[in-house]
Amino acid sequence: MEKKTYIQAFCTIENNKIVLNGETVFESENTGFADFSKKAYQHFEIGYPKFFKMDNLSKLAFLGSELLLKAQNPNDENNTALLFANKSSSLDTDVKYQNSISDKENYFPSPAVFVYTLANICLGEISIRHQLKSENSFFIFDAFNAAFMADYANILIETQKAKNVLCGWTEFFGEDYKAFLYLVGNEGAIENTKQNLEILYNK
Amino acid sequence: MKKEVYISETNCITPIGFDVVSNVKNILDGNSAIQKHDNKALLDFPFFAAIVDENKLDRAFANVTSVASYTKLEKMMILALQPIIENSGVKISHRTAFILSTTKGNITALENSEATTIESAQLSNLAKKIADFFGFKTEPIVVSNACVSGILAVSVAKRLIQANVYDEAFVVAGDLVSEFVLSGFNSFQAMSNAPCQPYSENRTGVNLGEATAAVLVTSNPKNAKVKILGDGSINDANHISGPSRTGEGLVLSIESALNESGIDKNNIGYISAHGTATPFNDEMEAIAINRLGLQNVPMNSLKGYYGHTLGASGLLETVIGIESILQNKLFASAGYDESGVSQAINVIEKNKDAEIQYFLKTASGFGGCNTAVIFEKVN
Repeated sequence: MEKKTYIQAFCTIENNKIVLNGETVFESENTGFADFSKKAYQHFEIGYPKFFKMDNLSKLAFLGSELLLKAQNPNDENNTALLFANKSSSLDTDVKYQNSISDKENYFPSPAVFVYTLANICLGEISIRHQLKSENSFFIFDAFNAAFMADYANILIETQKAKNVLCGWTEFFGEDYKAFLYLVGNEGAIENTKQNLEILYNK
Repeated sequence: MKKEVYISETNCITPIGFDVVSNVKNILDGNSAIQKHDNKALLDFPFFAAIVDENKLDRAFANVTSVASYTKLEKMMILALQPIIENSGVKISHRTAFILSTTKGNITALENSEATTIESAQLSNLAKKIADFFGFKTEPIVVSNACVSGILAVSVAKRLIQANVYDEAFVVAGDLVSEFVLSGFNSFQAMSNAPCQPYSENRTGVNLGEATAAVLVTSNPKNAKVKILGDGSINDANHISGPSRTGEGLVLSIESALNESGIDKNNIGYISAHGTATPFNDEMEAIAINRLGLQNVPMNSLKGYYGHTLGASGLLETVIGIESILQNKLFASAGYDESGVSQAINVIEKNKDAEIQYFLKTASGFGGCNTAVIFEKVN
């Protein structure tokens, strides 16, 4: 690839803490993700009641995208692609859904749960919230694949399929979660490379 | 000048055939894979679905390997890939990508309550098992983007090859009919209690199906069947479990593919559409096709033959679409009788001969996703 792209902002959510561009912007006690995500929602005065209908994976992806897209130039928004990946797909919700059908005496499959048994639903949630009629794709890897993420974001921008790319590793299973989201564009201070992504991911 | 990218090998494993030739023959003969099943382990009442016979699968699989420790989906994926890897003569290297498309993978592993089940249900472990069988040297790329996954995987392969990240990519797509998906679609009241009827006045919903399909996407023009001209995958930004009423994301995806292809939309000779036979999906497609002025182009849905095979459908329908234009034959859209969409579209009612140079494949899915890819026949 000829063209260079840049990481414009980045955000990590793990261990009850949200770090934006290297700075801790929210932290709470260890009372579980449900409580943590609710407190974060209140802290940032998000005001989007649909948030409470989302599953954990969508809430995690949504919170990170709120912080990064809020700061973005509104003119760029509509051409911001979404490129997300994780390890456990939607298995956190899949297990809950499976429990609702495994006992024949207590069988009540719910469409409101079933819809979240797809990893890419979180992309739909972010697209609706920010009205992103843009390229979106969800991938699964065993671990954060910095090389793929750097290459694919570059491809989207170089082929003019998008002007910016909101990238995210959003892993959620049980009570284990980690989100690392970042915004890639044509300008910025940190070059969008495998090496830089690995450094930021492991920070 | 952009690198040209082709599909040069195809295969599929479905209830109506374990290779492309037998699948096309059954389609031409009007034989659908959809049957009535009465299996309480899957669903409490009888249902229509397209299910691969396990005894037949095991007999075919025994010709490939004597190792028995594979799930049904893994066997079907290995059987789909094996002949195309062999025929292609590609020496698998660090320049060879392996892309796997699925929505639910080995989700039936969750039915066991043993501690190991989460690992067995992880999609990256499914991909690793298939990759190890064939000795792929690069990390598998799993595409899991609801019902567009199969065709999105082709687009991803093409983009990575064009950007010179890889020279070629073996792509496999697959999903099974399970208690998990049957109960879920049923909870949405999205299932038809008869063989499905895409675009028909009498359609009432989907039949689920299972299949695998595989293709070789490559920059090498040798034995090329089609060239991949353009693609787009754009979200509706409208609803997570229903399509946009205006078909916005599908329109934008097709426009993006058309722009990149450089061809005039009037050159498209055939549309292999999504056509799940739910009231909302088929109506949305008819609106999108009309907004683009493509309403006179012959189109079909193959769901009447295979049911909705979820993460496999986009790739399976591409494999059959390629055969359609190579054999200069348009296949009837099974289950169609009278139009049940608000705007006129040209649904193929009978098999017929036609010279087609360019075809469009589309898909749409939960999460508001859509994908469109344009192919050109290589003579």
